Formats: sequence, structure tokens, C-alpha cells
Amino acid sequence: MGETSKEAVNTTTINGGGERAALLTPQKINYLRALEAESIHILREAVAEFARPVMLYSIGKDSSVMLRLAQKAFYPGKIPFPLLHIDTSYKFPEMVEFRDRYAREIGAELIVHKNQEALDAGANPFVLGTQKCCGLLKTKSLLDALAEGDFTAAFGGARRDEEKSRAKERVYSFRDSFGQWDPKNQRPELWNIFNSRINKGESIRVFPLSNWTEADVWFYIYLENIPIVPLYFAKEHNVVIRGGSIVVAYDKWDLLPGEKTQRMVVRMRSLGCVPCTGAIRSTADTLPKIIEEMISFRRSERENRVIDHDEEGSMEIKKREGYF
Amino acid sequence: MSLVANREAWGFESFMKQNLEKDLLRLTTAGSVDDGKSTLIGRLLHDSKSVFEDQLAAVKKSRINRSTGAVDFSLLTDGLRAEREQGITIDVAYRYFETPLRKFIIADTPGHEQYTRNMATGASTANLAVILIDSTKGVLAQTRRHTYIASLLGIPNVLVAINKMDLVNYSEEVFLTLQKDFDALAKQLAVPHVVTIPISALAGDNVVERGVHMPWYHGPTFLEHLETVPIRMETPSDAVRFPVQYVIRPDASFRGFAGPVASGVIRPGDPVVSLPSERKTRVKSIVTFDGDAPEAFPPMSVTLTLEDEIDLSRGDMLVSPAHPPRASRHFDAMVVWFNAEPTEPGKSYLLKHTTRTVRAKALQFRYRVNVNTLAHEPVSSLHMNDIGYVEFETVSPLFFDPYTENRITGSFILIDPISNATLGAGMIRADLADQTAAEPSTKEFAPVTAGERYMRHGHMPALIVVEGNIALATRLERALFDEHFEVLHVSGDALPVSALENQFAAFASAGLVVVYSCAALSPGEKRKLGNLAADRYFDLSALQLPAEEIDAARQILALLQSLRVVVDGGNPGNVI
Ligand SMILES: Nc1nc2c(ncn2[C@@H]2O[C@H](COP(=O)(O)OP(=O)(O)O)[C@@H](O)[C@H]2O)c(=O)[nH]1
Repeated sequence: MGETSKEAVNTTTINGGGERAALLTPQKINYLRALEAESIHILREAVAEFARPVMLYSIGKDSSVMLRLAQKAFYPGKIPFPLLHIDTSYKFPEMVEFRDRYAREIGAELIVHKNQEALDAGANPFVLGTQKCCGLLKTKSLLDALAEGDFTAAFGGARRDEEKSRAKERVYSFRDSFGQWDPKNQRPELWNIFNSRINKGESIRVFPLSNWTEADVWFYIYLENIPIVPLYFAKEHNVVIRGGSIVVAYDKWDLLPGEKTQRMVVRMRSLGCVPCTGAIRSTADTLPKIIEEMISFRRSERENRVIDHDEEGSMEIKKREGYF
Repeated sequence: MSLVANREAWGFESFMKQNLEKDLLRLTTAGSVDDGKSTLIGRLLHDSKSVFEDQLAAVKKSRINRSTGAVDFSLLTDGLRAEREQGITIDVAYRYFETPLRKFIIADTPGHEQYTRNMATGASTANLAVILIDSTKGVLAQTRRHTYIASLLGIPNVLVAINKMDLVNYSEEVFLTLQKDFDALAKQLAVPHVVTIPISALAGDNVVERGVHMPWYHGPTFLEHLETVPIRMETPSDAVRFPVQYVIRPDASFRGFAGPVASGVIRPGDPVVSLPSERKTRVKSIVTFDGDAPEAFPPMSVTLTLEDEIDLSRGDMLVSPAHPPRASRHFDAMVVWFNAEPTEPGKSYLLKHTTRTVRAKALQFRYRVNVNTLAHEPVSSLHMNDIGYVEFETVSPLFFDPYTENRITGSFILIDPISNATLGAGMIRADLADQTAAEPSTKEFAPVTAGERYMRHGHMPALIVVEGNIALATRLERALFDEHFEVLHVSGDALPVSALENQFAAFASAGLVVVYSCAALSPGEKRKLGNLAADRYFDLSALQLPAEEIDAARQILALLQSLRVVVDGGNPGNVI
């Protein structure tokens, strides 16, 4: 079969109907709508081609945007894949509450995965150090959850403007059967044609927000009125100053010996685990204020920036190991 | 839950309004090592941020105190040198910046190894190519190569930056000579829109600010040009192309076809033809999460509902009846080859074109382009980073336009069916159907080929083995028949497995899908049948089927769609 000789070449011709489509007018959409369209295209393409997609839902602002895009992509249908949250059990209670409520509200299937074995063995960042703790509670937990669910594709909310090794990552990021990324062996990615072919055990991380910047994310949240975890907005919290960072303390268990809490108006720029997420002093309690703050931060970051090649290399290494 | 009550503050509304008028320009940069690409991009990222912040300051009616300390701009991007020293991957990197007028995505493509691959990747989505020329070196072989790739990938705008003008005393004469040299090249390559700008990436002249050194230059600065160049559609076209990507069917009452608008403007009521079925219907509505839309156009991704219930699934295409695309299994394309292994004659590749993946063969290598001299050289295969003109044949027809008319329906990638690597990328030049038709038909009295049968049936032959469940086999035959498969249920009582082994070749050459129901088979028997039908052997006992026959039949049906069009990612079904 498949033995098609040259004589067999055949073509279909289509009769031109008489009607002409409306004349072209210079239709245009703004850049946010263009990014939105691109992301929707990616989400649909992956769902059409992968047997078992899942969305890595981190509860953060990027995840919130990704979730809205998924709602749009499959409307009026429901989101045709589950959301997976890797719960380290050190997440802010506001995050967990938001996660459960929001997933219910939009009718999405939610899978929460914990590395219970490591937690039972007492894994925490104070004993293990952050790197090892992340390795067990995040990276390992994620790889386990993906394997358990037999997921062939996982959507992630990472953006290429986040850090330098991401800048080179494909929209479809291939992972071998150990969940690892090989930056030297990425598939070329041209136009919007994605190669979703994988063998058993391999998977692909799909990044629909690849071309979004932090500013785009905030503008879109504003434009679309997307709910986000209240911790992004400035509020008075109990905090301790630890190693130069402002860390929110919920109760006395969050304190190290000798630490005392104080009241401070702070907000989170990104959401992670309670002990390892630094808050910033800020009074930005509305989206316009957050956006204003973000733009002026960018200025100061630029001016004070120390280019740290070490750090960037280490991120590439972390990702090769399977980190998201 | 939303906390956006307070929307007043610092002229935010007007800031947002301005912001939402911006459009998006995608550009790619090319230059030889040390031409100053990192310095230029670094400066652009740096200086344009100030521009953006000035806009913010303007709406806030306060001044931002801009610092202008000495910065090594090339450090803002990955200096190629730094990357090489540290063994960090050299690959296309994407960078982002914006100004009050536009948002920009730069595909930064490092030179040297893998150059052709990297640049082709960056160029594939670009609206504009920046070609860097070192004023002390002039137009080099590399410049020729970069410009050729930019034109091959159909980038509508080229911006030539003549860099390091400070090293030639900001001489107008040097600039004019280089401009003339490049124009000659652009003419040879038929590059349509070229603008040449003299700059010093290091000193900043004509990058964002004009500077004082080149009063003889009256054109736009580099950034001004980026901000104002028309974002040309490759081909403003009123020919609708809507590749069906996914069928949305949440319940019996709704059936929507999701996909990108590849070209044309779609409005409710417009007539459309579906391919390959050639059924005519009209667009009923354009459904979006934000309500029905009055029209859809590129680059929107939308969902269409149609007036009539027509058979339509992923891989099909809706087009305007007045301007249909070519539909053919036989075409010529320019191919960029990425893989370390060269092309193999007669090998069957997977070809992914819009939302359709089919098997394809390269029949003939017409020539290879020497990217430095642009000469055509005869070849019998393509090696890594080669660009060549290749004649293809696919197992089922593609619906396409020449790449020069439509970058979406004119492009494809080639995938290795075993390793799954992306091997190459193709740009369709010509449909060979007309030529074939024009030739006096030699096939009139020739034997009917498998390919011709395939064209008629619309699917490949197959063997499906159902053990111990005649009811399912019968149901399957019915379901397949209703889906227009040429199908035959053969019972093991009538035809024992040893007899089937002898007969299957005849069934297959007739193009039939055979559903064979029988008692349990031995592993040896299965192996034999498997060898007969190769990758079109389906052993249902190997699948975990739903208990209900009707559900099982549906699942199998989805699986068999692969006989029509090869599908990817292990997901045979494309209908929810
Ligand atoms: N004099 C001068 N030197 C420049 C200019 N642009 C870049 N360079 C220098 O040329 C060298 C190579 O620049 P770089 O940006 O790293 O080049 P790349 O390899 O193309 O990325 C560096 O030493 C830069 O400082 C320019 O406009 N004038």
C-alpha cells in the first residue's frame, strides 16, 4: 500500500461559485487580541492532537489568564481537560480557597497532587533548604502527577520574557520519558505549525502564553476583569523580615526561633509557598495601581540590574531536570 | 471576587486606551558575528523602555528621571560570545518590547552553526527582517544569505541597518555606496520593501534618538521606522481560508467549527464550500466567548456555525466558493532541511499542513540553492541546512495556495514518522496538477493503482480483528459503512484465519476495510495478520474499549480516521 505511482496522481478541482466574498477592508485587531488569538490557537491545536492534555494550574496571575483563554478557546463547550495543581501544602490559604472556589465556579475538573511521601517524611524548606524542598515537593511531585495521569501534554503559563533560558524555549517543549528538557535538541518551530508527535512515555509541555509579557498579563486581567487571588493587592499583614525578605506569617508555626512579627502593608508580586515567597511593601490595592507600580519597577530593575550569568545557567540546568 | 472597582487613578483610563490601540509587529534580526546585533538589540530594549515610561510620565504629568549611565547594551541580550563560553544553547531567542505606538516581538537568530535553521524559524512569523551590515565590511556573502532567507520566507519588509557608522566618520558617501550595493541585491532577490538606515548601535545614533553626527540623513530613526512601517499582510486577500482545527460539540444542539482565519473576511450569511467534500453552505454565526462577532479575519481564531449539517472535521477546510485553493496531491515546494540525516529517496514522511497531517514522499530533487552565490546546483538529496526545490506527492490531497499568496496555507513541516523529529519546512511554489492534466493521459488503459482507489474511497485499506464479539463486529461494519468507508465484515466461520491470510492481499488491493470476527486467535496468528496489514492492523483486544458496543464502535471509528488522514499526538478523535 502507499505505492502510488506517478500515473496515479489525481487532483480535485473545485467549481468556483459565482459569489464573491466581501471586498477586503483593512481589518485590524490590537496586540492584546492578537496575542489572545495566538494562545487560543495553541490551546485548540494541542487539545485536538494530544490524547491526554492537562493544564498546570498554579493559581497565579498567569494561570488565571491561561484559564480564561481556555474558556474562550472551547466556548460554548467546557474546558476539555483537567487542571492540575501541585500542592506543596505550604501554599497560602487564600490560594487554596481561591483555587477550589474558582474551579467550581467555571465547572473545571481539578486534580490536586501532593508528594505525600516526602511530606510524611517531614519535607520542609527549613530543614532541606529551598532547592531540595522544591525538588521534592514541586519537580518530583509534578513528574509523578503527570506520569500517574498518563498525561501526554501539559499546558504551562510560562512566558518567554521571564528569564533568559525561557527566551529560547519552544511553544511545544518536548520532554523525554524522564520529563527532561534538552535545550540543545529542540524541535525547530516554524509558523504556527506544531509537531505533536511523541512516543510512549514522552510528553510535551505547551506554553500558550509564550509571547506574553508581564505587562500584557496585567493589562489583560484588567481588560477582561479576570479574578485573581487577593494576595496580589496590598493589605496589612503580619510579617517577619527574614534574610532581607518580607515573609508573611500566618501563625506562630511560621516563625523561626527569635523572630517577631510586625504589621505591614504589603502585596505579592508572584505567588508560591508561604515560607519562600517574599512580599513587597506596596500600597497598590487596585489594578491600575499595580500596573503603575509594575512599570516603575521595570525602570528600577533596569537601572539596578546586575546581569547574573550564573543564575541564568542554573535555571537552564533546573529545567533540563524537568522543572517547569 | 474582582477588585477592579477603583479605575480612576493617574489618568489610567487614557493610558489604557492608548495602549489598546497598539498593534503587534514581529521582526527577526540577522547579522554576522560582531556586526553589532547584540548591541543594537540591547540598546533598543533599553532605550525603548524609556520611551514607554515617558508615555506613562506624560499621562501622570510628571517627569521620570531617566538615568543615562554607561551600560554595556550587549549584556541585556545574550551576547553570543557569553553563550558560547558558558556552553549555553545557541538558538533562536525571543525578546519583547513596546513603545506607545506598538508592541514588538523580536526573534533573535544567532549566526554561525545552524544558521539557516535558526533564521528560517525566526523569519517564518516575521513581518520585518532587520539585516545588519557592518559599514567597515560592506555587503558580504552572509548578507546575501540572510537576505535570501528573508525573501524565501516571505518577509514583506526589510530594514537594513548600516551599523558602526562612527567607525567610518559618519560618512554619507560610505552609506550611499552600501545602500546601492544592497539595493542591487534586493532587486536580484525581488525583496519588495527595503529601507536603509545608517546607525551606530554603540553610540546610539539613529537607533532611538537621532543624534548629531549624521545631519545629512533625513529618514526615520531605526525605532521610528519600526513604529510606523505598515504591518503588511503578505497578501491582502479576500479568499476565505478557514482550516477546521477542532469541532466543538458540547451537546446535541450545538456544533461549532473552531479554527484560525488564515485569510479573507468571514461574515454571517457568507457562502462557503467545505473541502474535501465540496459541500456548499453558509456561515450562520461567528461564536465567541464574548458574544457573536459580526466578522472574523486574520489573525483571529474563532468558532463558526453553519446553516447546514455537513460532514466536517479536523483537517477539512472552509473556503470561499469564488476563490477556492488548489487541491492536489502533487506539488513543488522549496524545502529547508534541518536534520543531520539527509533526505532519503523514496522515504515516506509525515507532512503537516494547516490542521492536516498526511504521508508524503519527495519524488524528485530539482535543485539546491547555494545560499552564498544563489546558484542552483543539481542534487539527489538535501543535507542539513540545505535549501532545495523538491517535487512532492502526498497520499491524500492538500488544499493549499502558493506560499507567496498565503503563508498559512502555503507552508508545511516534515516529520520523521519514526523519530518524530521535525526534519524540514516547506513553502509550496506550484501545483503540478495542471501540468499533469495537460500531458496526454498515459493512464487511460493502465491498471488501476492503489493510489487511485485511495482517491476514490478516501481511505486506506485495513484489517480490524474482533475476537468473540460478533455483535460488535456487525455494529462496526454498520458504523463504518455509514461513515462512507468501503467495509466488509468477514466471519471466521466462513473464512478461517489461514484462508484470510491468503485472501487479505486481494481485499487490500481492492481498498477494503475488513472487519474480521473470530474466536480467540493465537499470538502466532496475530503476528501473521499483523504483518499482512502492517500499520493498518487493528487488534481490538489490545484496546481498552468501553463496555457499551455503541461507545466502543464510536471509539474505534475515531481511531480509524487515521486511515484517512494521519493524526498526531496519539489522539485519533477530534470531535468532542
Ligand atoms: N564602534 C562601534 N562598535 C560597535 C558598534 N556596535 C557594536 N560594536 C562593537 O562590535 C563588537 C561586537 O558587537 P556585538 O553586539 O557583540 O555583535 P554581535 O556578535 O553581532 O552580537 C562589540 O565590541 C561592540 O561593542 C558601533 O555602532 N560602533
